[in-house]
Amino acid sequence: MDDNWVLQVKDVSKAYGDNPVLNKVNLSLKRGEIHALVGENGAGKSTLMNILFGMPVIHETGGFTGEVWLKGRKSEIKSPKDAMDAGIGMVHQEFMLLPGFSVAENVKLNREPTKPNWFSKVAGPKFETINLHKMGYDTRQALDRIEIGVDEWLPLMGMPVGHRQFIEIAREIDKTDLSLIVLDEPTAVLTETESSRLLSALNKLAGSGIGVLFISHRLDEVFEIADTITVLRDGEVICTVPKHEARVENIAEMMVGRKISNSKATQPGRTTGNGNILEIRNLSVDMPGEYVNGVDLNVRKGEILGIGGLAGHGKLGIANGLMGLCHSAGTVMCDSQEIPLNDSRAALDAGLVFLSEDRRGVGLLLDESIEDNIALASVVSRNKFVKKVGPLPISVEDGKSIREHAREMISLLDIKCTGPQQSVRRLSGGNQQKVCVAKAITMEPEVLLVSEPTRGIDVGAKERVLSVIKRLNAEKGITVVMTSSELAELRSMCDRIAIMYNGKIHGILSPDAPDAEFGFCMAGGGGVPGD
Amino acid sequence: MKEGVQVKEGLRVKEPLRVKEQLHVKELLRRNAVPALFLCMCVLGVLISGQNIRYIAQELISRLARNWFLVLSLIIPVTAGLGLNFAIVLGAMAGQVGLIVATHCKLPGLVGLITAVVLSIPIAILLGISAGHVLNKARGREMITSMMLGFFANGLYLLVFLFMVGTVFPIDNPEIVLDTGVGLRGTIELKYCKYALDNLLRIKVLGINIPVGSFAVVIALCFGMRWLYKTKLGQELRAVGQDMGVASVAGINVDRTRVIAMVLSTVLAAIGQVIFLQNMGTINTFNSHQQIGTVAIASLLVGGASVTSATVGQGLIGTLLFQLLFIVSPAAGQRLMGNAQIGEFFRVFIGYGIIAVALLIHSWGRKSSLESASRQAMMKEEAKTTGSM
Ligand SMILES: Nc1ncnc2c1ncn2[C@@H]1O[C@H](COP(=O)(O)OP(=O)(O)OP(=O)(O)O)[C@@H](O)[C@H]1O
Ligand SMILES: [Mg+2]
Repeated sequence: MDDNWVLQVKDVSKAYGDNPVLNKVNLSLKRGEIHALVGENGAGKSTLMNILFGMPVIHETGGFTGEVWLKGRKSEIKSPKDAMDAGIGMVHQEFMLLPGFSVAENVKLNREPTKPNWFSKVAGPKFETINLHKMGYDTRQALDRIEIGVDEWLPLMGMPVGHRQFIEIAREIDKTDLSLIVLDEPTAVLTETESSRLLSALNKLAGSGIGVLFISHRLDEVFEIADTITVLRDGEVICTVPKHEARVENIAEMMVGRKISNSKATQPGRTTGNGNILEIRNLSVDMPGEYVNGVDLNVRKGEILGIGGLAGHGKLGIANGLMGLCHSAGTVMCDSQEIPLNDSRAALDAGLVFLSEDRRGVGLLLDESIEDNIALASVVSRNKFVKKVGPLPISVEDGKSIREHAREMISLLDIKCTGPQQSVRRLSGGNQQKVCVAKAITMEPEVLLVSEPTRGIDVGAKERVLSVIKRLNAEKGITVVMTSSELAELRSMCDRIAIMYNGKIHGILSPDAPDAEFGFCMAGGGGVPGD
Repeated sequence: MKEGVQVKEGLRVKEPLRVKEQLHVKELLRRNAVPALFLCMCVLGVLISGQNIRYIAQELISRLARNWFLVLSLIIPVTAGLGLNFAIVLGAMAGQVGLIVATHCKLPGLVGLITAVVLSIPIAILLGISAGHVLNKARGREMITSMMLGFFANGLYLLVFLFMVGTVFPIDNPEIVLDTGVGLRGTIELKYCKYALDNLLRIKVLGINIPVGSFAVVIALCFGMRWLYKTKLGQELRAVGQDMGVASVAGINVDRTRVIAMVLSTVLAAIGQVIFLQNMGTINTFNSHQQIGTVAIASLLVGGASVTSATVGQGLIGTLLFQLLFIVSPAAGQRLMGNAQIGEFFRVFIGYGIIAVALLIHSWGRKSSLESASRQAMMKEEAKTTGSM
């Protein structure tokens, strides 16, 4: 009987220093079951996953109490290696991939297929030569199983987050003798169609008897796929229910501990200025996996322009290209002045600010404090928060106003933290994302480019983040170009939505256009002429 | 399925070729700015010095034969993320110990050389293991720690060879021990195995003596390194070098891998020092090992390597340029300023200067990441170069 359980978590508690994060958590998972774990940002979900996978961060901070049983036996997981040996696979919330390695090298990291040679027979298996052919072949198989067409020998550097997500999943799928797979927000950066592709892959995995434990802030997909749902709030299990007994509203309420109004942000009749603030002509961007190939686009002053489309079609490339993060060609005029491309400094000086979809790689300095992360970019490039030192011709950072501003942002965006001086590494994923948002809006740019602004942010906080952006647009007249894989989000925010297909703008739709039209457009059909 | 196909198409649009071509020239120049600069200096130096080309060539050939191996011993720790390994001094000491013993036993020629290598390897392994463990305790401060390790080991070395020889170790051999009977001589002549490797096969091309034996060993090492990076261990070294966190989450034993990198480097440095000294013909007992650290590191940097990325090619080219500068700068100084000493100063200045600059750029690069954009660009550079091993 007992060995039907793949995983049993018994009374697990964990504190980071004085800060209790998990409190006597119990959770069990059967063979072939898909178990969803939901909860607010900072509820402790990733911490629980990290415990299961023996992540160093847990053991460096004093370990945990309680027991973890695998397949009916008590197990001691002290390191990721132990976890892997025990048949646990994990897709981390923050990608665990090496930028300088190719896709195949990442998928097969430390599981490389090797061939013995005469030297390895003497000196040991570490000296076996890597079988590149098999490595590529296996990787191709794994990528094909989740139907992603990315070239397995492309370097990971510069790959869009959507692809990285699939590559992480491919790595886990490629593992044989897996008995439990843990996925921490695997769908946060995926469009609906891609998530459903992923979800069906998960269903197949579960069908083969593997237990699936996954975390998501998208309740609709939780309800689509999960057999059982566990709600975590402030480190405690509020309830565990089979899906057929659960209702979306109840779950959402249990997550935040209060009723949440599902008011849809409606568009007040706004008038956007008539001039164009950005005129993009024939823009090509060399972003691996998100090539942009000759885009013409006008962004009107004061509008919120959405950019949507499936992954791999270039929606993320535009902002990265404009900001000089990826090599690009073409002409871009900002307020009728040409911005030199491939020059981040020039883009910043022209008043463009970018909230990147890649918060760990680009957005944040993990070991700096929240306040520094929020303010320093503004100090450097916008000359904000500086004060003169007496009569001297030098100015220094104004620590007090930085602190004050950070406090404001913390309460505005509801960042869960111990204070403005906490280092960003110690925040939960969703709260790190909020710091990124705070940093971008602090810059008060002419044009704000935001990519996946609500990545990993829970249902309650999402509205808040979006309305902050919207208010910035309405009150300060900041033009916003928002790239998102969530169509619903784009439709609730934008004045116009450009859909990318095959590296080009395939059509520009109004947010009230019917669903079918969006779907059609993303798949490359029809298309409405822009502007 | 249909969608998979579409994504593929999306990927296949690698159209912005125009972009790539434009970049190529610029990129190439930027990435090779340092060696290009030194190439210019060398050409100028050669012209100004007015030295005989054949003399320069002969001098260069023998310097390359003795230095290349040592410089290449630095590459593994760089790719494993340990930075510039100032602790190759330890390896060099091990090599010297081997040679001193071989000389003491009057082992002739190749036999002496091989004995020296065989003796020095276990010492180097031990030193490498201890250095690796120390560096694991000093993560993020590897380079300064390895430098301190060099000083510390030098102290021990002095203790052993100045005071313990003749007292603790009853060695009484006037060829290597001071007349007082305690302590080694400041210079020891390698009577028995001088040029043992170089003379293995010498050929003369256009009147220039080429020690084929030494070059053969270097070539073997190049192939060996290439091969190493095709093995499981090589992959682990590179993974650890890129991101220790990701590597350990993938189940790689990061600490062990770093120790292995140090051991390999130290052993190679030991062999390298033996090759170096058989060509020199004498050991400066208390100095030889100390110089090689800075010279080798400067050579590697001149080739365009950085604290986070280095390739065999950079090591080879860097040594060539740096040694060439060494050869011509005294004469160039003499011609230009009427003082050979100036050229001498100049080359010492270059040696230390380039190391200082590399370290500065490294720490500055870490700190200057305030603006996300520049940070991304920087990371990209790093990854590009580390990936190209
Ligand atoms: N390394 C750490 N050191 C100290 N505190 C930490 C650390 N990591 C997380 N925390 C704290 O633990 C709490 C739970 O974080 P966790 O990452 O588990 O949240 P989460 O449920 O995954 O949230 P999200 O949905 O935002 O990813 C947070 O309050 C966070 O500040
Ligand atoms: Mg999390």
